[in-house]
Amino acid sequence: MSTSAKPIANTRSATGIPTARLITWWVIASEIVIFGGLLATYVMHRIGHPEWADSASHTLTWAGAFNTFVLLTSSLCAVLAHKAADARDGPRAAKLLRVTSLGGLIFLSVKAYEWTIDIREGFVLSSGGFWSFYYALAGLHALHVLAGMIILLIVAADAAKNRELQRVECIGLYWHFVDIVWIFLFPLLYIAR
Amino acid sequence: MTTQVESLAHARPGFFQKYCWSTDHKIIAMQYLFTGMAMAAIGGYFAYVFRMQLGFPNQHVPGYGLVTPGKYNALVTMHGSIMIFWVAMPILIAAFGNFLIPLMVGCDDMAFPRINRLSYQIFLLSALMLLASFLVKGGPFGGAWTAYPPLSANGAYNLTPAGATMWLIAVALEFVAFLLGGINFTVTTMNSRAPGMKMFDIPMLVWMIVLASIIFMASVGPLIAGAVMLLFDQTMATGFYDPMRGGDPLLWQHLFWFFGHPEVYVVLLPAMGIVAEVLAVFARKKLFGYKTVLYTAWAVGFLSFVVWAHHQFVAGIDPRMANIFSITTLLISVPIAEMVFLYIATLYGGSIHLDTPMLWALGFIAEFLVGGVTGIFLGASGTDIYLHDTYFVIAHFHYTFVPIAIIAVYAGLTFWYPKMFGRMLNETLGKIHFWGTVIPFNVIFIPLFITGTAGDQRRVYSYAQFAEQARPELQHLRTTSTIALIVMLAFQFVFLFNFFWSLRHGKRADANPWRSATLEWTIPSPPPHGNFAELPTVYRGPYEYGLPGHAQDFLPQNVPD
Repeated sequence: MSTSAKPIANTRSATGIPTARLITWWVIASEIVIFGGLLATYVMHRIGHPEWADSASHTLTWAGAFNTFVLLTSSLCAVLAHKAADARDGPRAAKLLRVTSLGGLIFLSVKAYEWTIDIREGFVLSSGGFWSFYYALAGLHALHVLAGMIILLIVAADAAKNRELQRVECIGLYWHFVDIVWIFLFPLLYIAR
Repeated sequence: MTTQVESLAHARPGFFQKYCWSTDHKIIAMQYLFTGMAMAAIGGYFAYVFRMQLGFPNQHVPGYGLVTPGKYNALVTMHGSIMIFWVAMPILIAAFGNFLIPLMVGCDDMAFPRINRLSYQIFLLSALMLLASFLVKGGPFGGAWTAYPPLSANGAYNLTPAGATMWLIAVALEFVAFLLGGINFTVTTMNSRAPGMKMFDIPMLVWMIVLASIIFMASVGPLIAGAVMLLFDQTMATGFYDPMRGGDPLLWQHLFWFFGHPEVYVVLLPAMGIVAEVLAVFARKKLFGYKTVLYTAWAVGFLSFVVWAHHQFVAGIDPRMANIFSITTLLISVPIAEMVFLYIATLYGGSIHLDTPMLWALGFIAEFLVGGVTGIFLGASGTDIYLHDTYFVIAHFHYTFVPIAIIAVYAGLTFWYPKMFGRMLNETLGKIHFWGTVIPFNVIFIPLFITGTAGDQRRVYSYAQFAEQARPELQHLRTTSTIALIVMLAFQFVFLFNFFWSLRHGKRADANPWRSATLEWTIPSPPPHGNFAELPTVYRGPYEYGLPGHAQDFLPQNVPD
């Protein structure tokens, strides 16, 4: 598929910004609005319902903190992969992207463990306002982590053969975005009282 | 570069490859166009059925049967949803955008052809999902196209539990399709323009579609999140919109209209763009105030994000907030009015040719004005409280949406038909179709302004059933409206005949039948795969018409001085 001829439209750059980077930023912009809408809704409801703090105190803050650390570290790997791609070192970029993807796997595993505990304690999606938002927000974010992991591996497979190296930067941008969303979610869901 | 164009042109795809799995922007445009036209036929049929119920209550409707209350609710819900999400959006933005953006900015395809194909496939899936909801138990969703909870959130209230969920999934998929398509349009226009095409050399239609895509992208996100929350409420017993459980039904109204009102401008701007192109060509005059048109469009886009709560004046919002939203709503009519003035100024002193596309473009201005002016009454919270949810609202937004999604689309279709299919449409049939559409359209909706002002509530399946709503003295107006609708629908067959007959038997169109200056008219009709034999360079703006001292009265964008 990637060997098929690209249209000239794809290779032009009237703005001076590479097309791949440009579309990545637009995708991120559209994602910001989706997460932004949900987060703003949550924050407004949270302000209106101080009693939700009781529910929030049941979240596993240490697990969330560990996951924050994992995601930030994986983002560092994404940056190093970008640096390797800039140096035209595809195999090294591929290796670093796979490590980044592994970070996503650790994140989701911790999440699964955490949610198992939550659910065993009886806190499910329909257990009340806070828990509905908790699972909806973290679930939407987890879906983005999962999608990012898969794309990271696809980009890595190409990069290993020194192909489509411009994509390394793009998936990195996306991964940082997913990371930043978590930076918002962690305090709002786990720490805020 | 030429070798790449050749290699694309030499690929000989099979039927399935060419028409169902193509990444060619022109084929995808046709897929969107024909899907949209098929959905328009369905939506029009629904309008016929429920108007028959209102015009001739509780009688057997020919071609449908008896309209029960539940069926009536489903019919009006589906009519609204289909016409906005599966007709206006795919035709105005996706079909015209896909066909024209690469041609007008002078490149061989979209920047991301496979994302483009994916966009159509998701859109088709969403249409099929919606149509499939007609087959489930309880029938399609009947909670109005705005889907307000608690009615939409609880199957026990709306009586269409499966249909409601399928409607929601279909709408969400449709949003995803247009996010993908819109981002592609934006990136293509930003990056893939022909050398020499500067910001203010971009044809107005392309600008409008890109602005519409950006407005759509910025407004739909919260509703996508809101749709997921409603889905959870429907299927997983959450209480996001349930006040008994810490939720808030008003939240949906805010999320819906934060998208829903910008959406009006998402479809309006491309319609304005089509009209701008047509006016300049048929007045043989430069578009008056290109930059001002553009700046007013930006102003409209910005203001469209701060007017949404004017849909909620009776929903119990703070009256102080209602005042603010009244002011912003009245403000947005300023840039729109300015745009219309600029279009009229384009006509002034022009050499006007009344071909069919021009008739449609002029019709758009005249009819849309009525829609805009009646909107003032609804934007002011005082009058809106009286007129809310009456037929006045119905008449108002049909005076905006019909010019946008029907009249401007016909302007565009009749204008670009030669470029799309390489044949000319029949002018006489085109003019019959124009008058046969525009006159009955006014006869449908002017009576509804009157019944609405007299107090007829919308979404009532039979007035006779409700003593305080009956008002038999208004029945002749309701019946008039129904008969006019049947006449208008009948005249659409003239268009369909003209459309399909001309595909084979129309006069062959040369490259530039309208003597137009934009890039798509510099190549053969229909354009070959890969579009331009030699990719153009642009030397000037798109509207160089009425030039004295030249062999032709216009200068194409790609001809050097």
